[in-house]
Order: sequence, then C-alpha cells, then structure tokens
Amino acid sequence: MSEYWEHWARALSDPLMQRALAVALLVGAAAPVIGTFLVQRRLALLGDGIGHVALTGVALGWLIGAGLGLAPGALAIPGAVVASVVGAVVIEVVRASGRTSGDLALALMFYGGIAGGAALIKVAGGTSATLVAYLFGSLATLSAADVVTTVALAALILAAALAGRWALFAAGADEPFARACGIPTRLWNVVGAALAALTVTLAMRVVGLLLVSALMIVPVAITQLGARSFSRTMASAALVGALAGASGLFVAYWYDLPPGATIVVLAIAVYAVAALAKPVVDKLRSATP
Amino acid sequence: MTPVASTTRLNVALGGNPVLFDVTVAIAPGEAVALLGANGSGKSTLVKALLGLTPPASGAVALFGEPPGRRVPWAKIAYVPQDSPAGSGVPASALELVVAAQLTGGRPWPPAGARARALAALESVGLSDRAKDPVAHLSGGQRRRVLLARALARRPELLIMDEPLAGVDAASAEALVAALRAASGTTSLVVLHEPGPFASYLTRGIVLRGGRVHADGPLADVAPQAPADPHHDAPHVGRSQAPRLEVRP
Repeated sequence: MSEYWEHWARALSDPLMQRALAVALLVGAAAPVIGTFLVQRRLALLGDGIGHVALTGVALGWLIGAGLGLAPGALAIPGAVVASVVGAVVIEVVRASGRTSGDLALALMFYGGIAGGAALIKVAGGTSATLVAYLFGSLATLSAADVVTTVALAALILAAALAGRWALFAAGADEPFARACGIPTRLWNVVGAALAALTVTLAMRVVGLLLVSALMIVPVAITQLGARSFSRTMASAALVGALAGASGLFVAYWYDLPPGATIVVLAIAVYAVAALAKPVVDKLRSATP
Repeated sequence: MTPVASTTRLNVALGGNPVLFDVTVAIAPGEAVALLGANGSGKSTLVKALLGLTPPASGAVALFGEPPGRRVPWAKIAYVPQDSPAGSGVPASALELVVAAQLTGGRPWPPAGARARALAALESVGLSDRAKDPVAHLSGGQRRRVLLARALARRPELLIMDEPLAGVDAASAEALVAALRAASGTTSLVVLHEPGPFASYLTRGIVLRGGRVHADGPLADVAPQAPADPHHDAPHVGRSQAPRLEVRP
C-alpha cells in the first residue's frame, strides 16, 4: 500500500509532471466547451482542418523567427495562433457564402496546411522532425512560461465562450429563427470559428495538432449520450475532458507512453464503454418510474 | 400610419426560378391576416422575404418602416417557422430553446426574467411538464408547440407564423389558438392552407396563386377563393391508386 502512495508522491513531486498536470487539466476542461458548439453545428471536423493550417503557422513562425535571428521556434506558437484564426475565419466565410461546400473547403485546408507546413519548415532550416513535437504534442517538455501562456489563453477562451454562450447556442440551434430575432448570426459563427482556432493552438501542446480535435469532440460525444440539455452536455464534457487529461497523463507517466495519444485513447475507450452501456441504462431508467 | 410589415412590387427567385411576382401587400398595426394559397404558391417564400431570410430579386420589403437589417426593431417581432432544423449533435431542452429565443439584436444574453417567461410560455402551450426534456424526445406536435412557445416568450407586437398548427391534433389546436389570442394587441400574419380553428381570430385574408396576389380582403370573402386543403382533394386519392394498377403484370 505504501509503495502505491510513493508512486503517486514521486510523480507529483516532479516539476515537469506538475506543469504537465496543470496544463492537461485546464486544456482538458476548456477544449470541450468550444467543442460543444462545434458538435452542435455538425462541424466536428473543423478543429482538424484548423489544426492542419496551424502547422503552416508553426513553420511560418520558425521562418520569421529565423529571419529575425530569434531562438529557434520562438515564434512557432504566435505563428500557429495567427494562421489558425485566419484559416478558421476564412473557412467560415467560404461556408457562409455558399460558394464552396463545407467539406470541400475543409479538405483544401487539410492538405494545404500540412503541405505548406512541411515545405516551409525545410526553408526555415528545420527538419520534419521539428514538426513532430507539434503534430503529437510535447506535454513532457513544458516550461514555466508555457504554463503561464496556457493559463492566460484558456482563461480568455473560457470567458469569451461563457459570455457568448446564449448567442452561440441560438445561432447553432436554428439559424433562420435566430436571424429573425435580430441576432447577427454570421458574426457569431465567425466568433465561434475564431474561438475554435484559439483552442486548437491551446491544445496543440497537450495532444498535438493531429489529435487536437479529439480533445474538443470526444468528451462531448461521451456526454451527449446521456445529457438532457445543452448546458449539462457542456458542463459534464468539461469535467470528462479534465479527468481524461489528468488520468491519461498518469497512465502515460507510469507506462512510459506518449501522453497526448494516451489521453485520446483513454477518452475514446470511455466513449465505447458509455455507448455500449447506454441501451442498458436507458432500459433500466424507463423501467423505474 | 406606417404599416407593420409591407412589400412593394416584390419579386423573389429561388435557385434562378422566379417564385413571387410583383407582390405588394401592407399590414397595418392590430390586423390579423391569413396568408392563403395552394402548395407552391409562394406563401413561405413571402414570409421569409419579409423577414430578410430570402433576398429579393427586386422590389422592397419593410418591417416597422425599415428594410430588414440592423435598424429593424427585432425585439417586437417573433417568427414561427414551418419547421426547425432536425436534431443537432448536442441535445437541447425545450426550456433552453425558449430562453435563447428571447435574445434580440446585439445583446448576447437573454434579458432578466427570461427563464420565468420561458416557463410561462411553455405552460401556455401545455408543455410545462416537458420543459426540461430534450426536444429530440418530443413528438412532432409537441415540437411545433415549442416553436409557438419560443415566439410567445418574445411577447411580440408582430407575430409571423408559417403553418403553425400542422401536425397538431384538432383538440389542442383550439387551445393553442386561444393562447395565441391571449397574446393580445399583436399584429399577426399566419400562413395557412385553410382558416380552420383560426377562422374566428383572423380578420383579413390574402390569397396567393402562382406567386401573385390573387385576392386580398375580409377573410370571409376571400377564403372561398383559396384551394381546399390539398390533403383532402379527390385527385390525391386517385394518384395513390394509380401505381398499384401499373405494377400489375
């Protein structure tokens, strides 16, 4: 028994582990809040498209940083923020104008983003290995400054999402009706896309750009199975996301696995169990008056 | 007196096909107007154009004297669409939808007392016991009542409804019309196949035929010119029998 607790104590006394835990908890809670709005609008894959564009932003950041003689990668995160926000707003405008269908616009972003990133990083003097940390996350190498950035960005995203939640909900639930209420739905859809882009760059450090959407979507997929309202779905998805982030991190620490992938596999396993258990639970619920 | 809603020589095309031709109508404050006509006569399109949801090809639209846009006093207007988007990926309760329906214009959160108003509106359509249920669990008729509650909670001066009682059984239709009436002082425009339970409530009728105004006047005078409910038309029965004859060897 005492050996078990020593295990925990050792893990928690490691400063790297402390930082990783703080970031995993915070990002795990914030990402599904934005994800709930994406799932509501049936844009579950938007985060993936933005993630691919963010890769071009990372490479552009490297390139500009190298040109300015800064430390390698100093501008990678700002580059990702700018590229993903621009990409998200462009895709929303293209979608709203109806000129290109949503899935074609997403496909163009996916391929353009990855190809642009891989080509530019070479120009910037990096290698494709440089990109791997961004593609799969780098939770194990967080600095204290990274933690501060993450806290600030997560607080901004959560505050904006909570302040705008009724308008975002209304625009997503029934857009023509919302417009007839005088709600500027196009503006709110763009705000939603920009928040999704910020979330992508926030979650990039935890699970990496290839898995970023999973952190936004899978907790929502789990909780919409049983929730009876939008606000409950969102609140419980934030809780599930934080728990998945923390428990995935510990499992990865003890079994020496990549933390980002472990968090996502764990969350999907929970979804599978919940989806299988749902018919049984529903039957029991309807049997008891 | 400025009309509450009006169109002037309005032409609308959908996907390149003209649907409305030179439609000029004006609705004065306090009027209760039925918009009648067969399927495809352009009733829903006229309503959507009035609300700025479908852009006009030519002509003008005004709500409270303003073209659809930021200057329209949207807080005074409520819309009951013919249908609501079928379920999204996330459940939403009836209460949440009716609270969110009270948003207006630039303010992103509902006004004070929105929850109490939403509960009262749900009660007036007979859904107080289902307020916290996800709308996906409700029947078609119950969902239609949520759409009505959404509009009533806005306490509108102008109520625009598109086939508000489709799929609602006759017994509850009477109660719903009474609830709509209790929202007194409102101007209404109601798209209908036939006046039905609304007959005593509506005073004026506009009949569309082939995208043009065919008749406009007191409801009792114009209603006979509107086609009967197409679902009760005799040709319909004949059509349903035809395929059976064709497939026989």
